[in-house]
Amino acid sequence: MLKDQDRIFQNLYNDLGSDLNSSQKRGDWVNTKEFTDKGREWIINEIKDSQLRGRGGAGFPTGLKWSFAPKEVGSRPHYLVINGDESEPGTCKDRDILRFEPHKLIEGCLIASYAVQAHVCYIYIRGEYFVDGQKLQAAIDEAYKKNLIGKNAAGTGWDLDIYIHYGAGAYICGEETALLESIEGKKGQPRLKPPFPALIGLYGCPTIINNVETIAVVPTILRRGGKWFASLGREKNTGTKIFCISGNVNNPCNVEEEMNIPLKELIEVHAGGVIGGWDNLKAVIPGGSSMPLIPKEKCETLTMDFDSLMAEKSGLGTAGVVVINKDQDIIKCMARIARFYKHESCGQCTPCREGSGWMWRMLERMARGEASRDEIEMLGDVTKQIEGHTICAFGEGSSWPVQGLLRHFKDEIKKRNKFDPIVRENKNIPYLVDQHLLDKNA
Amino acid sequence: MSLKRPAKDQPKNFEFSSSSLEAAKTIVARYPEGKQQSAVMALLYIAQKQNNNWIPLAAMKYIAKFLNMPYIKVYEVATFYSMYNLSPVGKYFVQVCTTTPCMIRGANKLVEACKEKISENESELSNDKSCSWMEVECLGACVNAPMMQINDDYYEDLDKEKTLKILDKILNGEKPKPGSYRGRINNEPENNRKTLMDLKNA
Repeated sequence: MLKDQDRIFQNLYNDLGSDLNSSQKRGDWVNTKEFTDKGREWIINEIKDSQLRGRGGAGFPTGLKWSFAPKEVGSRPHYLVINGDESEPGTCKDRDILRFEPHKLIEGCLIASYAVQAHVCYIYIRGEYFVDGQKLQAAIDEAYKKNLIGKNAAGTGWDLDIYIHYGAGAYICGEETALLESIEGKKGQPRLKPPFPALIGLYGCPTIINNVETIAVVPTILRRGGKWFASLGREKNTGTKIFCISGNVNNPCNVEEEMNIPLKELIEVHAGGVIGGWDNLKAVIPGGSSMPLIPKEKCETLTMDFDSLMAEKSGLGTAGVVVINKDQDIIKCMARIARFYKHESCGQCTPCREGSGWMWRMLERMARGEASRDEIEMLGDVTKQIEGHTICAFGEGSSWPVQGLLRHFKDEIKKRNKFDPIVRENKNIPYLVDQHLLDKNA
Repeated sequence: MSLKRPAKDQPKNFEFSSSSLEAAKTIVARYPEGKQQSAVMALLYIAQKQNNNWIPLAAMKYIAKFLNMPYIKVYEVATFYSMYNLSPVGKYFVQVCTTTPCMIRGANKLVEACKEKISENESELSNDKSCSWMEVECLGACVNAPMMQINDDYYEDLDKEKTLKILDKILNGEKPKPGSYRGRINNEPENNRKTLMDLKNA
C-alpha cells in the first residue's frame, strides 16, 4: 500500500478543511515563484521526467501536450482550459478535488498557464456540480484576495485570470473539442481533428486542455521532483491515481493509490470486498463505463494501469472501478450503459446517433430473452460499424462496453436467447414470412 | 440525444430582474470582447432560476437580444443541454440517477418512492404542484450510490425508506439536509478506512 506521506491529495476526505490557510499548511502555494523562476523549459521537462499521463481517460503524456503550445505568443492569445465535466459513469474523483483540494487545482492552473503562456484559464465544470463549483469559486475568490492569482500572480510576474464555466448536463462536453464549442456558447458537438486545439482551439486560439486531476497533481510533482513521481508505479505508468470503487462492494469509496496496484487489493482492502464474497464476483468495469468489462478469472491477477489493462483489451480510462456481482444481471447492466450512450450521443455522426439506439434496443431484448440467435452476431457487427467511424471517441466509448460483453459473456446471452426466426416445427402460425423455406424441405 | 419540447402555454414577456441583470453582466465580462455568445449557457441558467426552474421561449428571445446573437442559436443550446427545462417543473425538482453504478445498488427503489410520493409518471407535477421528478443519467457521485439531486443539492447513500422521508419533507416545504444519509464522511470507505489515518485521528 502507498505510504500516507506519498499521497498527493491529503485532504481527499476533508479531514483538514479546504480553505486557503489549511491548504497552505499542507504545502500548497509555498514558493510557487521558485518554479516559474526556473523557466518554462524546466517545468515542462520536469513534467516529462515524471511521465505523468493525462488523468481524463485517454492517458496522453502531459509534458508532451504542453510542449505542443506555440513557443512564441503571436497575434492570438493562448488559453488554458481545465476539463471538469466529469460524467463518465463510475467516476467521481474530480468532484472531490473541486470541493476539498481546490487550491491544488488553482496553483496547478497558475503553473500550467505559465508553462503554456496563457493569461486566461477557464475551468469547465458540469452543471450538476453547482454546489462543488461554488466551493471552487470561493477558493478562487480567496486566491484573488491574497493576490495568488490576478495581476502578478503569487509574485511570479505572470498575470492570470481564472473563470468557471458551468456545463448543463451533456456528457459529450467532456470531449475536448465539444467542450470548447460549449465554452463558445454553441451546442457541444465535437470538431474534426486536425487542427488540434493546441494550435487552433478556443476562439481559434492555441488552447491546452487538461483534466482536473492532471493539473492538481502538477504542483506536488514540481515540489517533490519528477523523479519521485516516476519512482511510483512502473515505467510509463507512473505516480498515484484516485480510484473510485463503486457498485457491489461493501464500502464503496474514493482512494488515492499507486498506479499498477492489483485490482484485487483495491477491492478487498480499500472497498471492503465484494458483497457476498470474492467468489460472488461476476465482472469488473475497470475504467468508467466506456471501458470493456473484465470477467472474474482475470480480476485475480490484474494490475491497474494504462498498459496492463490495454493488454487485456480494456483500459484504465478514468479509473472508475464498477464492481458487478453475481446477484446482478450482467446483460441488463450493459443494456443500461447502452441506454446512457443513446441518451448522450450528440447526434452529429450517423453511425453513433443511430447505432447507439440500436445497441440499446437489442440489448434490452437480449436481457429479456426475446432476441433471435442471429442478432447476437448482428450486435457485434453494429459495434464494429460504429467504432472508428465517428468524429470523436464517443463511438468507441459506446461500442467497447458492448464488445466486452460479447467477448466474455456470449454464452450467457446465447443461453437466454435461443429463439430461431426460421420456425421448423410449429407450422400452424399464420403469416409466416419464411414459409417458403419450410415448404421446400417438406 | 434526448427529446425536448417547449411547453404549450408560454408567457408573452420575459425580462431579467435587476439582480439577474447584474449577474448576467458580470458573466458576460468574463469572456473576451466580441465573444459574448459564450455567456449564453450561464444566462439561460439565470433565466431558469428566475422563472421557477424553467425557460420560456420569451426568455430565449430576450437572451438572444441581450447577447446580440440569432434566436435560433439560443434555441439550439437550450434544447441541446439536458439541464434546461423547457416546460414547468416543480419548485422542488427531483432527479434520480439510474445509470448502472446506481442501478446495481438499487436506484429503482428510489424511482418507486418518487412514484408513490410525487407522481405516477416522470416530469409530472405532484398534486400540490410543488414537486416533480425524473430519471437522469449519471450524476457523478457513483461511490455514494444510489443518490438523487433535488434542485442543486445531492442526497447520497439512500434507500427507499430514506427517500420516502426526504420526499415527505420537501412536500411539506422543508429543505432536508444534503449529503450522505448513512452518516459517512464524504467519500471515505465507511468503517474501513486504511489511508490517511493520522489525519483522521488528529
